[in-house]
Amino acid sequence: MMLPGFPDAAPLAGVAGGVLIGLAAAVMLLGLGRIAGVSGLAAKTIGLGGSGIARSGAWMFVLGLPLGALVVSLLAGGTEPRFAGPLTLAVAGLLVGIGTRLGSGCTSGHGVCGVSRLSPRSLVATLTFMAAGIATVAIMNAMGLEVLS
Amino acid sequence: MRIAAPSLVSGTLFGAGLALGGMTDPARVRGFLDLFGDWDPTLAFVMGGAVIVMAIVWRVVPRMAAPLFEEQFHFPTRKDFDARLIGGAALFGIGWGIAGLCPGPGIAALVIAPQAAAIFVLAMLAGMAIVRLFEGESR
Repeated sequence: MMLPGFPDAAPLAGVAGGVLIGLAAAVMLLGLGRIAGVSGLAAKTIGLGGSGIARSGAWMFVLGLPLGALVVSLLAGGTEPRFAGPLTLAVAGLLVGIGTRLGSGCTSGHGVCGVSRLSPRSLVATLTFMAAGIATVAIMNAMGLEVLS
Repeated sequence: MRIAAPSLVSGTLFGAGLALGGMTDPARVRGFLDLFGDWDPTLAFVMGGAVIVMAIVWRVVPRMAAPLFEEQFHFPTRKDFDARLIGGAALFGIGWGIAGLCPGPGIAALVIAPQAAAIFVLAMLAGMAIVRLFEGESR
């Protein structure tokens, strides 16, 4: 299905992916009583606080992420996405790591779990990181910075 | 096992959803953030699908005495905003915009572009460790 005016958009795959993410967060919440926040779970794997889940649970969740992506890429086959260069990835990763710890969450914990719960902190955090991301891309594009190769 | 199996199922579903929704493709993520340029609305559908499912799940939670495999629920309870929350979210958003990766897709992409994803994930963990170093305690 194509979205009128947006020939490159993939709305059906998007909704299907979103529903899977919602179900994943549902398993974490209804099964283990916890928020499926990836930054908190990732921090927990290396003993940096974050989620209150047992460290082994955090590891299992984090190992599941590439496993699930692998299953989809095997089934769907696919295109080879373009990624930024090493230096850009390192700077971005550092900012994401610092920012998600200071801000207590990322797209999953705040954006999915918190927003769906109408948590005021998550709504503010989500609006803030979306605005910052939109501004960053706008500024980089205005400067003619093309990072994906 | 009681914790390991549901955690692995949750993570695997999550990673599958991220890949299916296009979030492991930095060009698609940056296309979504390119609101004032060549905007790609796909990720709004991803977020929408996930939020709708979870909005229903949050209505189920109060009817349960406890989660299925644990003694009790653990929810964040804070309601205040502070500079730390907003500043942190802003830094995260800048990093997200620069490379088109957030934590989940960064980790999931380890099977799609191992070298690039590994650099991102190691830098992210280093950033988390830096915050811990400066604060000296876990939160």
